[in-house]
Formats: sequence, structure tokens, C-alpha cells
Amino acid sequence: MTSFDIFQVILFLGVLLVLIKPVGAYMAMAFADTPNGVNRVGGKLERLLYRLAGVRSDEQMGWRRYAIAMLVFNMLGLFAVYALQRLQQWLPLNPQHFDALSPDLAMNTAISFASNTNWQAYGGESAMSYLTQMLGLAVQNFLSAATGIAVLLAVVRGFTRRSADSVGNFWVDMTRTTLYVLVPFSLVIALLLSSQGVVQNFKAYVDVPLVQNTTAVETVKDAAGNTVKDAAGKDMTKSTTVTTQTLPMGPAASQIAIKQLGTNGGGFFNANSAHPYENPTPFSNFIEMLAIFLIPGGLCYTFGSMVGDRRQGWAILATMLLIFVPLCLGAIAAEQAGNPALHGLAVDQQASAFQAGGNMEGKETRFGIAASGLFATITTAASCGAVNAMHDSLTPLGGLVPMWLMQLGEVIFGGVGSGLYGMLAFAVVAVFIAGLMVGRTPEYLGKKIEAHEMKMASLAVLVPCALVVICTAIAVMTPAGVAGVANPGAHGFSEVLYAVSSAANNNGSAFGGLSANTPFWNVLLGVCMYLSRFLLAIAMLAMAGSLAAKRHVPPSAGTLPTHTPLFVTLLACVVVVVGALTFLPALALGPIAEFLMSVR
Amino acid sequence: MGKLIRSAIVMLLLMTVITGVAYPLVVTGVAQVLFPSQANGSLIDREGKPIGSTLIGQSFDDPKYFWGRPSATSPQPNNALSSSGSNLGPTNPALTDAVKQRIEALRAVDPGNTAAVPVDLVTASASGLDPEISPAAAAYQVSRVARLRGMSESQVRSMVIMATTGRQFGMLGEARVNVLKLNLALDGR
Repeated sequence: MTSFDIFQVILFLGVLLVLIKPVGAYMAMAFADTPNGVNRVGGKLERLLYRLAGVRSDEQMGWRRYAIAMLVFNMLGLFAVYALQRLQQWLPLNPQHFDALSPDLAMNTAISFASNTNWQAYGGESAMSYLTQMLGLAVQNFLSAATGIAVLLAVVRGFTRRSADSVGNFWVDMTRTTLYVLVPFSLVIALLLSSQGVVQNFKAYVDVPLVQNTTAVETVKDAAGNTVKDAAGKDMTKSTTVTTQTLPMGPAASQIAIKQLGTNGGGFFNANSAHPYENPTPFSNFIEMLAIFLIPGGLCYTFGSMVGDRRQGWAILATMLLIFVPLCLGAIAAEQAGNPALHGLAVDQQASAFQAGGNMEGKETRFGIAASGLFATITTAASCGAVNAMHDSLTPLGGLVPMWLMQLGEVIFGGVGSGLYGMLAFAVVAVFIAGLMVGRTPEYLGKKIEAHEMKMASLAVLVPCALVVICTAIAVMTPAGVAGVANPGAHGFSEVLYAVSSAANNNGSAFGGLSANTPFWNVLLGVCMYLSRFLLAIAMLAMAGSLAAKRHVPPSAGTLPTHTPLFVTLLACVVVVVGALTFLPALALGPIAEFLMSVR
Repeated sequence: MGKLIRSAIVMLLLMTVITGVAYPLVVTGVAQVLFPSQANGSLIDREGKPIGSTLIGQSFDDPKYFWGRPSATSPQPNNALSSSGSNLGPTNPALTDAVKQRIEALRAVDPGNTAAVPVDLVTASASGLDPEISPAAAAYQVSRVARLRGMSESQVRSMVIMATTGRQFGMLGEARVNVLKLNLALDGR
């Protein structure tokens, strides 16, 4: 690892930490009922929306009603995205005349965007009309992110309210998050990105003449769509001379801003944030990385401020950083060390003033190793899933880190809202374990943790784990599952494990070699994404409901303080131990086996 | 329940108008005014016609041009309608074979050059559209291009420097050379 690599990590974390307090304090204001600077400006529009939708903003919902509103709203969004994809050939803003997507692919994409996963089994520039991208995908980028934060607010109210039968109003939480946080932040980020060269227009694609002609090689297919073989049994190919390049266009900057900020991750183009029109410069890359952690990090502060003890928020943030930093440095070191398979060849993988060196397969020159490794760990620590390098081509250990970060349950920053409520589930488990050690009823933030809360927290922790393990098993035992694998050996298994880990933790990044646009994969991953997202949210809302009904317990001499380094360490251990115990056997068959083979 | 569904439908429509219509239109309007070149694809214009984008790489295998990053897009390299990497795993023999072939191709057109090839020149980029190579990868090709074009190495080197961008603000990303700009300059365009 070079000193520049380390400097990049320090620079990123430094800027992030500076921003956390102002962003967190602003969000606390934006979510609040009391009159303040934010709702003085936007209150009129906010109240107009409530009036039009027939929502009574002062209505307080119990956790069940809150959950139903959340489910209905997201289900409607899911239908809308499905319909747009199936009807886009008849709708406007489709300059490339893209056809409707297949039902299984459209369903997979609809669930993917409604569940804040943004797994993509399609290529944006070759499948989706501008209208589908704008009205379907980008809207869900906002609303799924707002949903995550709304659920978090309800969970936090479970801790702050006393003997209450309500956890807030879903419509109010969702609306305020969108209006006051997501839209204004996205506006700023979109303009910064577009200043760097991210496209933002409604033009048709542009044809340019090539300086030097190239050759397109395609396999010849017969009328039935089967590949034609030549006399030697090889696929027959035909070559054609290509003289032009068609440059894709579209309203990309606006969509990319929210895709990063809302930890969605669904690229406007197939190559996602590796595409030069989606992430053109090192500065745009820095903005995109910052945008991923900005809200999940800021929410830690907001949480501390809402529960009336900022130290609680800093403790959660410290736990996240404690796990993130070593894993991030590990991944960068693995990538910088290069690919041992190329050691015998006349290839220079050494970092110098003139090149980044390292494992450059699947990476962009402008990002090199540091900005690619950092992005890969940020996007998987948070449940973003945008990529600026192809994860399938990462070194065995460099690929293990993103995979494991997802498997930890997307709680190291995690998704907007969902990452923090996931971490609060782990915190409940942690105080319970500590309580067992000393034989006392555990408490967290002044609420007794009892059987019901433990059941819900365990559910939230175990649902994604179970989905990953079970669905990976299904995929590798099914011919239709194995058919999608691209790379041979242990790496092929990693592709499957990565895909399921990504879907079942609502991340959305991929080892892209896997051919996932088949009915089998579309359905399997669709089920994973939906169950993981909404079962978890319901479990956490149920926990919030029962916590809100409890009385406040004043801290006593026997209460475990939850803002100390001791608790931070305990919480980090719980997260790591659950992740390690569940996934080490599977990881041993994938990246670890590949690592051992590559260094022998 | 009926009232809830009605609220949900209206709310979805209203939010669609705000985040799916108003927001992208505002961004487009402002970006088109403030950053027209960037928002429209950073096109290189000659006599009013676009002849390429500084951000989207083109494919070169003529030895008198600088070659860019290998591209794994199909059916032709640098196909901007289908951005993608190779997705070859690090231990996949197909990756090692591809790298070997690229080294051979580079050496075949530049027989005297026995230096180790900078890694970015023989590995496929993530997007398949990477417009840039490392300064090391450009330096590796200077003698070949100079010889085939009958130019002096220092002439070519100074053109490389013209097409080179340092780390942004001196501290972000990597230094790099824009291959299309460089080749256009070599052709005198």
C-alpha cells in the first residue's frame, strides 16, 4: 500500500467527519414538528401536499398502521415502476425506441428499486427510456430512501416516547425527508456532478465518426437464435467494420445524485459509476463517495440529538468506523499488491509517480487503486451498490471485503435509515448479551429490553443471514442457478454468493460476470430483496411499538452505559461475530479458497 | 383502508411530480445554463460537428496512434451503447491469456522495446470506455509513435504532456493522459 492510498482514506474520512454534525443537526431540524427555519421555508408546500392527499399531519399512528402505510405506499411505487417498464414503448421520452422489458426482468427491477437495493439485471443505456428512468427509477430512488429514514424515525421514537401507543406519522416522515433533505441535497450534488461532465439533457444519442475504424465481431445465429458452428465445431463469427461511435445521453446527473445520496446505487448507464459520463473525474468520484456516507453518517448525529444524548450517536458512529477503517485499508492493500497471476509476465504492476499500478483489471485510470478500493468498500459498507470498478475482477481478498461488508447486514453506515435501524437491532442484541453476563435485565436508552424486543431484534439480524445462506444453497444446487456463472472454480461460487448477499442485504452491487437476467435469477433475487427489506422494517416497527409503550427506566448503578469505548467495542464484536460465524464457511469456499490458490 | 390507499396514490403522484419531473427539469435547466459543454457530453467539435467526446475513449490498434486501455465491450471495443468491464476474475486463465496476447501485440509493433508493460495498458477498464491511460503507459509508447510518424521523441513527449492531467487539485485520483485528445493532436486536428 502506498502513502497516497492512506492519504486518500484519511482525506475522505476527514471531510466526512467535518460534515456529519452540520448535516445531522440540519436533519434533526427537518424532521421536527416544532417551528424552525426549515419548515418556515417549506411548510406551505408541505401542508399543500397533505391537503391534496387527504393526510392529517397531526394524526399519530400505532406501529401497525405505520407499517401498513409504508407497505401500501411502497407496493404502489413498485407497481408504477413495473408498469412504466412494460409500457415504455408506447410512452413519450423514448428517443432510442426501447421495447418493453420482459415480465420477470421488470418485476425484478421494480422490487429492486422499491426496496432501495437497485440490483440491475439490465443495462441502462440499452434498455430503459428516459421516462422510465425519470418517473420510475429516479422517483423510487427518492421514495425508498425516504421510507428507510421514516422507519428509522419511528424506531427512534420507540425509545424517546414514554407509555405511548404511537410511533409517528408515516406520511409526515416520508414527506419531510423527501422535501427537506433528499431533494435539496440532490440538487447541490447533481449540479456539482454536472460541472464535472456528468451528462444532463434530453437529447437523442449522438453519433461521432471514429478516428480509426474498428471491427465488430458477432457470433452468427440461425433463425431459431442458436449459434451456428463451423466445420471445426467453433462458433461461427462475422466481422463488420464500425466507423462511428454512438454516445449515450440523458438526464443522468439528477438521477446519479440521488442514487448516491439515497444509497440506492442503480446506475444510469450499465457500467454505473465507472462510466465516464456517470463519474468523469476524481472530484466527481469524491463527491459520489461522500454522498453515500453523508446521510447514514449524519443520521447517527440526528439520532443522538433526538434521544437527547449526543454521545449515543457518536458511539454508534465510532462502532461503524471501527469496523470500516481496517476493512477499507485491507481491501486497498490487496488491490495495490496486484494480481499474482500476472507476476510471471512482462507487466509492471508497481505503483510509481507515473502509474497507480496494482490490479488494474476492471478499474478506470483516473481512479487508480486508492479511489477504486475506497469506493468499493464505501458502497458495500453502506447499502449503496454503485460501483466505480468491476468487483468481479477484484483480487480474492479485495473482493472478500465488499462481500463481507454486505453480509454484516448493511449496518456499517448501511442504507439511509435502514443502516442505523439495523445497527440499533445489533445494539439491542449487544445490551442483551451484556445483561446475560451480569444477570440483569438489559436496558437501552432508558427502555427495558425484554423478550419481545429481543425476538424482533433477532429477526432483524437473522433474516438477511438466513436468506443469503438458503438462497445461495438453492442457486448452486440448481442448473438454472449455476448456468449464469461466468468465471471457473472458486471465483464462480463467489459470483453466486456475492449476488445473493447483495440482494438479501439490499445492496445491489454485483460480481457482474454472473448472467442474472434469467427468470431463475430474477425471481430468486427479487424474493430476497423484497423479504429482506420489508420483513426487517416490519420487525423494527414492531419493536418500536412495544418500546414506545414502555415507561422510562432511569439509569441506575447497574445500567450498562452505551456511549463508552467498552460498549463500542462490544457492539462491534457482536456485529463481527454474527457475520463471521454465519459466513466463514461460505467465504472459505469462495474468496478464501481463491486466495489460497492464487498465492501457492 | 380505502382512505389510506387513496392517500397513498395521491402522495405517490405528487412525489412523482416533485422528484420525477420538477427536480430533473430544474437540474437540466441550471446545468444547461451553467455547464452547457459538460451537460451535453463534453463533445469535441470541429467545424460545428462533434468528432468525439473527451470523456469517452475510442479504440486504437494502428501503431502510429497511442493505444488506450483494452475494452471488453461487445461486439466492438469501446462500444458506448454497451458499457462494461470484462468481469474476468483474477485467477481466471482467460485473463492471463488476454494479458499475454496484449503484451505480444504491443511488442509485435515495437520489437525493440523490451520494457515491462504498464499494467493499465494490458488490462481492460471498468467501463470499457476509459478515455485515459497512465503517464507510464503513454511513455511506454512514445518511441514507437515517434518512429512511425517520423517525429522526434521529444516532440511526441511534449504532445503527451499537453494531453496529461495531473491529480485533481493535486490530491485526488491519478495523473492520466487523454488518448483521443493526444491522437487528434498527432493527426494535426
